[in-house]
Amino acid sequence: MFLKKLILTSAVATLICSAAFAKDCGPSGQSIRILASDFPAIHAVAGTAEENCAASASEFTRNHTTEARQIMNAALTPNPAEYTSVIVANSTLTQLMNDGLVRPLNDLVEKYGADLPKNLMITIDDNIMAVAFMANSQHLFSRKDILEKAGINSIPGTYSEMIAAAQAIRKAGIMEYPIVMNMKTGWNVGESFNLVFLAHGGEFFKPGTAEPTVNSAAGIAALNTLKALVEYAHPDHLTQASNETQAIWEAGEAALGIMWGSRGSVILDDEGSSEQVTSNTVLSSAPSVKPGGIPGATLWWDGFTISKNVSDAEAEATFAALASSLNSDMVAANNDDAIWLLEGFKPGAAAEGVSATAQGGAVPYPMLPQIGLLHNALGSELSEFLKGNESAEKALADVEAAYVTAAKEKGFLQ
Amino acid sequence: MILFIAIPIGSAFVQSLFIQHDQVLVLSKNCGPFGCRETTSVDIEATKELRQDSPLGKFNGIGTYLNRSHLAFAEVGNAWAVSRTFSGFLNEVLDLPFYGALMFTLTYTAVVTPLVLLLGLAIAIGVNGLPNIIKGPSIFVSLLPFLVTPLVGSLILFWMVDGDGIIGATIQLIFNDPDLSLKASTGLTWTMLIVYGIWHTLPFSFIVFYAGLQTVPVDTLEAAEIDGATKWQRTVYVVVPHLVPLITFVTLMLLMDNFRVFEPIVSFSAEAHARSLSWIIFNDLRESGNPLYGSAGATSILTIIGVIFLLTPVLIRNWRDFKLRRL
Repeated sequence: MFLKKLILTSAVATLICSAAFAKDCGPSGQSIRILASDFPAIHAVAGTAEENCAASASEFTRNHTTEARQIMNAALTPNPAEYTSVIVANSTLTQLMNDGLVRPLNDLVEKYGADLPKNLMITIDDNIMAVAFMANSQHLFSRKDILEKAGINSIPGTYSEMIAAAQAIRKAGIMEYPIVMNMKTGWNVGESFNLVFLAHGGEFFKPGTAEPTVNSAAGIAALNTLKALVEYAHPDHLTQASNETQAIWEAGEAALGIMWGSRGSVILDDEGSSEQVTSNTVLSSAPSVKPGGIPGATLWWDGFTISKNVSDAEAEATFAALASSLNSDMVAANNDDAIWLLEGFKPGAAAEGVSATAQGGAVPYPMLPQIGLLHNALGSELSEFLKGNESAEKALADVEAAYVTAAKEKGFLQ
Repeated sequence: MILFIAIPIGSAFVQSLFIQHDQVLVLSKNCGPFGCRETTSVDIEATKELRQDSPLGKFNGIGTYLNRSHLAFAEVGNAWAVSRTFSGFLNEVLDLPFYGALMFTLTYTAVVTPLVLLLGLAIAIGVNGLPNIIKGPSIFVSLLPFLVTPLVGSLILFWMVDGDGIIGATIQLIFNDPDLSLKASTGLTWTMLIVYGIWHTLPFSFIVFYAGLQTVPVDTLEAAEIDGATKWQRTVYVVVPHLVPLITFVTLMLLMDNFRVFEPIVSFSAEAHARSLSWIIFNDLRESGNPLYGSAGATSILTIIGVIFLLTPVLIRNWRDFKLRRL
């Protein structure tokens, strides 16, 4: 299994320098200020860092907010910066790097992170810009009882199998709208396009440039696949994001879903749903176009960065504190909160979907400086096509035109 | 005035004339938990030099106003040249973000404003005619929609119109169509937003008119009654003319308010069907991660110009009345 391999590579290194020593919190008397998103896994990492190192710091504050992405650039721009560290993901790291607000961590990793697995270091050329600790991706959720009732005995592996299964469920009169996907206009619908686009082997930009290439054969094929899928999704799908799709699933009103892996453990737990739903929900790889093809998903990591505009001592103390939390004890205490990339993680049923998707060769969400603009253009221009008012070509031409306008304003295109 | 109005508008205008410097992109190799790949990144050093020389950015004149996200003259001209029918041309134009949003904003303003005026007046007159003992409670109840924060009020309504919600399920029952969804069609979404807008702003016009009704001279009303005027005639020929200055005031406020419709679109997740000018500004500033300040500034200025256009007739009328009264 992909995750096991990931973890195994690190296990040996970690065993050698086991956590038997007292936590090394770096220079004492420093101020540590962390800005992070607000979900259990992030609380676990930042909280453990606080437990370990708050005593030796003059100040230890954590700001967990879902608005982290919106405020982080403004908060890190002044010198000294408002926060010494921001916990980021693929796309948000680019947002900070575009403005040069995070520092390379090579020397700090050498000093405090020697026991951290090498593959967790997010590097640009030879500079380590972030240290990842957990993974996430979208994948397929299936209700095996409903599939069986409709006469389908295997979990769909491709988009056409998924559509055929949905058709069979509708024909059998079990559900009118068996599919759920995060299609809310804006970021979510853009991301749903990305998944199918990548599964069709699409490239977002001409390599090495900021020129868009979504209006391509892969783009049109992706939109048509998406359209075929949402035929079987509730008519309100353009208003549904993760919270809504999860609720629909837990209410037992869907049989096939493309949702985030991080929702896996929440769906499988004994809260908010019935035994029938939880015991029959199967998590598997995101569907591909052809059997064994690239799964339609984007791989995400979450990791921490250190601000550029803070003193070296503060940076060192912050890094040491956060690095001290990335160990098997923390993982053991919070095993089901995330798909940890750290030693000691025991992948349960909730991790199977992400694991299979990663193993199937899904690609990471692109870390390109201009991807946010394209994603935004996709999010706002695709709804006309999905409502049936526009051809796929026209929708993609609109996306490119909207992106080019924004990219010119941001200086990515001339 | 200068501090709170002129300076912010001026700064938005100046910002809208600039775009960001050219980003110096470099090829680099990016590695992480999922392997290594080629990528591009911004050359911070090279880009920083450009920024320090002129921190506002690159001067773009009114280029931002003319691009596809705003007035889009080139695209409109192209649509005119390509389209064979007028409706085809209209479709092309309304597909552009600015004109699509303008269309919804104007429709919303044009429907909500007169309805709120009329209904507000009707409710005020109705409540005014109630016996004193139930007057107080009815005023309080009529004001309730105004006390709910727009964001929260529309969110509550959004859940109620869901297929599983009380309003949505009732409508499905009435029309005997289990798939009927208010959120899935553009027409129904617009209707929902407009009904919400009326519901939410009605108390404002009601309370202003109700206050105005207390000042209607009793003598004139009694004189009209003696002259044999019906209740309807008294309302139309005595009460309404007395309230004209208030009607002008309420119209002004409503036009300004409705033209910047925003919260219900977000709470109703209606972005797929309805976008307003304010929503475009919000989207520019928030969604792409790195805000498009120039674009947002340009839309703001265009919104202000739109408000001025709408208000001019009302203001001219007001000015004439004012001058007449002084003569």
